[in-house]
Amino acid sequence: MKLKLLAAPLLTLVLAALPAHAAEESATLAKIAERGEITVGHRDGAVPFSYYDDQQKPIGYAMEVCARVVDAVKAKLGKPDLKVSYMAVTGTTRIPLLVNGTIDMECGTTTNNADRQKQVTFSTTNFVAGIRILSKKSAPIASMSDAKGKTVVTLAGTTSVKLINAANTADSLGLNILSAKDLAEGMLTLETDRAVALIFDDVSIAGAAATSKSPQDYQMSADPLSVEPYGVMLRRDDDGFKSLVNGTIEGLYKSGEINGIYEKWFTQPIPPKGINMNFPMSAQLKKVIANPTDDPNPDLYR
Amino acid sequence: MNYHWNWWIFFEPSLDGTNTYLTTLFWGLGWTAATAIVAFAIALVLGSIVGVARTAPIGWMQRAGTIFVEIFRNIPLLVQMFLWYFVLPEILPRDAGMWLKQLPNAQFYTAAVCLGFYHAARMAEVVRAGLLSLSRGQKMAGQALGLTLPQTYRYVLLPVAYRIVVPAITSEFLSCTKNTSVGIAIGLVELTGTARAMQENTFQVFEAFAAATVLYLALNMVIVFAMRAVEKSAVIPGLGNRVAGRGR
Repeated sequence: MKLKLLAAPLLTLVLAALPAHAAEESATLAKIAERGEITVGHRDGAVPFSYYDDQQKPIGYAMEVCARVVDAVKAKLGKPDLKVSYMAVTGTTRIPLLVNGTIDMECGTTTNNADRQKQVTFSTTNFVAGIRILSKKSAPIASMSDAKGKTVVTLAGTTSVKLINAANTADSLGLNILSAKDLAEGMLTLETDRAVALIFDDVSIAGAAATSKSPQDYQMSADPLSVEPYGVMLRRDDDGFKSLVNGTIEGLYKSGEINGIYEKWFTQPIPPKGINMNFPMSAQLKKVIANPTDDPNPDLYR
Repeated sequence: MNYHWNWWIFFEPSLDGTNTYLTTLFWGLGWTAATAIVAFAIALVLGSIVGVARTAPIGWMQRAGTIFVEIFRNIPLLVQMFLWYFVLPEILPRDAGMWLKQLPNAQFYTAAVCLGFYHAARMAEVVRAGLLSLSRGQKMAGQALGLTLPQTYRYVLLPVAYRIVVPAITSEFLSCTKNTSVGIAIGLVELTGTARAMQENTFQVFEAFAAATVLYLALNMVIVFAMRAVEKSAVIPGLGNRVAGRGR
């Protein structure tokens, strides 16, 4: 009898505590705490987001945002000496390595789209790229219709492919569309006149043009054909970790710290070669900073 | 592992908006097969010429053959692919270079020629090995009959040498088929390329590459069976170890 009397309030207490506790619980955080190590996935050549400096150390805008997340994890777990390891991933390996737990988050230039949401989740958007057209000044292409009947190049498997195909069919442009396997190859295709235009994320093509032999020979179209929200890629169904990541990023937005980080990587000379991206913050990103979101729908970012 | 399997992904529309992913994979398979066949045809013809040159009793031909083999066999295929696609048009006269660049399906022709030359170097060694395995008496007999050197090769040496090396040719054909995947380096949208494009957009990486694996395996099985028929019809009763292998 006594036991029953005691059990009832205890049960209510447990039930009341349960939802709060579930929100706190995170498989990723538990794993990090247990192993005493967090593994950050990064890219090797996504300038200026995630790439190697001259000491083969991964650096960049996304890496700096992720460093803040790592600090937050250290604080949360009360482990200031948590080991941080880095692992380079490619477009093909990032998914298996994230879902099988080899890396805990991917910090690069991964676009948050609805298809990918079935497999992974994304943090609050930390960059908004626009798909634009890079062409030579000697043969300028300002819009899709300028490229009518010509050869254009884009990167295989990206949202740009979908966009170009849609425009090609809708306006019967008769484009010959090449798919390069990476940005370097896409740029080489434009550089050697195999294509008249490189159509891809503006920040990436700006970087490719800036690091090319003669940056002054290239021009970028003014209006973006579409927008691409980038985020930190995380495992699905781990709200505890995701809210920690989102909280950290949104904290940077609220405090205005993000402006300093942005300027460091996009409007100032960056290592290793001292190239300046000259890429001031877009209106779209300013909008996200004012109203943080992790929605994959590109129309919301316009 | 928290992976979300979705085998229905193959029936969803791909990036081009009209075809399903499955259709694009089959298109990729088609380009793989086409590249492999054209490349291997080049390899067979060119490799035979070079292989003969390397065994011919003529100094400059031997040297030229050796140079060809060493160049194309020792440079990594990926590098060769880049050289053919990006460097060759630049060192040609401007008009010829531009013509090459404007060529429709330039990636396909480049990949086929590049692979053809690479495998020609390997094929030359196969043919040479076949010729060297014949007893010296064969050549002497041919010449004693009054045949010229080209006639001796044409009617006496090569018919036997080819038959001996059919298994080696089969294996070259298989590696040629698999090497077509290097074509993605220059933007050839073959089977590996389509699988990659599929996984880049959908993130269904295991489904995409599982399909590619099955299709490569199927294509190579077809080649193995076709070549086995060739082997059977090419056998010379009483020659070499084919008879000993019959009991298997």
